[in-house]
Amino acid sequence: MTEEKREAIRRFLPSPELKLPEGFSSSGYFIIKGKVEKSLVEEISRAKNEPEWMLKLRLKALEAYERLRFPNWVVGVEELNIDEIAHYVRPDAGLARSWEDIPEDIRKVYESLRLPEAEKRALAGISFQFESETVYLGIKKLLEEKKVIMLPMEEAVQRYPDIVKQYFNKIFPYAEHKFAALHTALWSGGVFVYVPKGVRIPQPVEAFFFMASALEGQFEHTLLIADENSEIQFIEGCSAPMYKRYSFHDGMVEIYAHRGSKVKFVTLQNWSGNVINFNNKRAIAEDNSTVQWLEGSVGSRVSYVYPSTILRGDNSRTSIYTVSISNGKKLKDTGAKIIALGKNAAGKIVSKSISANGGTNIYRGLVRISKGSMNTVVSSSCDSLILDRESKSLTYPHNQIEEETASVSHEAKTGTISEEHLFYMRSRGLTEGEAKSLMVLGFLEDVLVDIPFEMASVLNSVVQLEFSKIGGTG
Amino acid sequence: MPLVAEGVEAEAGGKVILKGVTLELREGEVLAVMGPNGSGKTTLANVIAGSPSVSLKKGRILIDGEDVTELPPEERVLRGLMLLFQSPPEIKGVKLSTLMIASFNKRRGLSSDLLKVTDPSIFSKMRSSLSVVGLSDEYLYREVNVGFSGGEKKRSELAQAMMLDPKYVIMDEPDSGLDIDGLRVVGEIISRMKREGKSVLLITHYTRLFSTVKPDRISVLMRGRIVAQGGMEIAEEIDRSGYSKLAERLGVELNND
Ligand SMILES: Nc1ncnc2c1ncn2[C@@H]1O[C@H](COP(=O)(O)OP(=O)(O)O)[C@@H](O)[C@H]1O
Ligand SMILES: [Mg+2]
Repeated sequence: MTEEKREAIRRFLPSPELKLPEGFSSSGYFIIKGKVEKSLVEEISRAKNEPEWMLKLRLKALEAYERLRFPNWVVGVEELNIDEIAHYVRPDAGLARSWEDIPEDIRKVYESLRLPEAEKRALAGISFQFESETVYLGIKKLLEEKKVIMLPMEEAVQRYPDIVKQYFNKIFPYAEHKFAALHTALWSGGVFVYVPKGVRIPQPVEAFFFMASALEGQFEHTLLIADENSEIQFIEGCSAPMYKRYSFHDGMVEIYAHRGSKVKFVTLQNWSGNVINFNNKRAIAEDNSTVQWLEGSVGSRVSYVYPSTILRGDNSRTSIYTVSISNGKKLKDTGAKIIALGKNAAGKIVSKSISANGGTNIYRGLVRISKGSMNTVVSSSCDSLILDRESKSLTYPHNQIEEETASVSHEAKTGTISEEHLFYMRSRGLTEGEAKSLMVLGFLEDVLVDIPFEMASVLNSVVQLEFSKIGGTG
Repeated sequence: MPLVAEGVEAEAGGKVILKGVTLELREGEVLAVMGPNGSGKTTLANVIAGSPSVSLKKGRILIDGEDVTELPPEERVLRGLMLLFQSPPEIKGVKLSTLMIASFNKRRGLSSDLLKVTDPSIFSKMRSSLSVVGLSDEYLYREVNVGFSGGEKKRSELAQAMMLDPKYVIMDEPDSGLDIDGLRVVGEIISRMKREGKSVLLITHYTRLFSTVKPDRISVLMRGRIVAQGGMEIAEEIDRSGYSKLAERLGVELNND
């Protein structure tokens, strides 16, 4: 294994072994918890010392949250009691601009994730969120020289209210569903990135989110604006140690790709097995722009995530890759949405899911082509691999096509691995787990060749580790 | 030291198939196991290799004197056993080269990183094993057995055996579905393995391979029992008068109940 690969694995794969460092204490943390109501939202807003307009937005979102019904298709969250958890946890740390300045116990977590190495070697910028706040922001000179703005979301609200107002919650309005509304009422943390016209950043920027405690909610908000003809790659990683009880994540990502820009947004979600994870991700793509999503869902107990792109502009393009692994009694309800408005737009959805050891994967997709989105082409393909009888996979694609000149295709395949396949591989000396991991990697191959090399190699290792643990005696 | 199946009684799909089979494959020999269709040859091969589809009710399997009855198939491979399938399944997504590299690493105890190429000569080894069985290099990059013809599957099994380098090879009808050239290749490979000191358990119901490779001994399986053992004279008798006459002479039932 190369050092780079090892580093990448540490960064995205720590959950089963991940422990908080010795001497870690959250006793000095400022916590807002309890029933989600007006006074609680006001308290969060006050703690952040934020402008009136943001508080107003939060309160409107709160009203929507109270009004909206709990989506009836959401299952597996019986344990979740929104009114019992801590909604805002401010660690005893300010914003460090150099990682050596992060308080020691948090810094140890940061180091154990190998983030300093990644930052040095491969990233143009990095933010590290611990509980509800960003505790570290590292920006390379290049970003400053090119006038790229990368800030904790709160700071952007203070310093660039005009830009933030223009986009915040405009791409993904809170009123769309209960968890989007809850997120908007309680949001804290996340990053703001603005890439000026014509600027291309050769290295990716990364945001890493860490949740240290049980019965806590994390509601980070990431807003990424790529101005005309700019280019950026964003990597999002997340991690948490195993707790005794659940924790809750309800984040949001909003992306605005202006004319001719290119945005690639890569997530490797590896929350520990007791995190209930909701995510709200949406991009708007203007003329000739390209938005690519890659959502790797590995960890968490339950995940609901559907990266979506609105192809607003003519000749806009998007590709959405989702790779979901449910290994063990987990549920991944993932999918993608493409809504095409512009002419000659193009979209591609590739969903791959792997269910093993009693895991369930659900694909929920939406392709909507509005009248006037002439000659738009969207394809989606869903491949499911089911490794044993206890596991399952369900697919709910949904197409709404109002434009006759558009072309939409959908294909779905389900493969299983039988005892005969496994015996064959085992008769060549592989353990059951190794046999499964090879078959899973083979299954993912066409996605792996299409994503950034580093991510491909991480996913590759994720799969090998996930599946070599099981069934083998070797 | 031999590979031994001792008093094996086994069931598959709730049906008793092997009814007390004892068989010894000695070092460096070619032992042919012959028998009509449905006599239990594949089941015997599976039980020796540790297939979970067969349940062993009685008896033991020993490799070099070690009781491996409770060991999973892959552990038996590490001890030098390999089964070449009568009907190898299609393994979607896994390239032949991937499987070869992984199994090569396992067999040599290099399992820390399954797919790592530690020995750069592995590629030339793979290519030469394919060329010996008459397959082009291109098969390395095809998915294992996917879309292979019957004969190509058999050839690929043999190529894998050359890569894995087992001590005891069980070949389950390596000759079925092969043309004349293919038969010659199989015969030559078995002869070569024998020269290298490997032991081959050659399961077949025809004698046609025996012109290129003469088995040292022949056992005949009928209805889950070994009914005859001997040398080439048995093959000659089967060739001359068929299994039913042989069964008649031995006073056993040929067909399954
Ligand atoms: N899984 C199974 N379920 C039921 N019957 C089986 C199963 N496997 C094998 N058999 C039966 O056992 C007998 C022996 O099969 P097999 O070992 O494949 O014979 P051979 O290889 O000698 O042709 C056949 O009658 C076959 O139909
Ligand atoms: Mg057979």
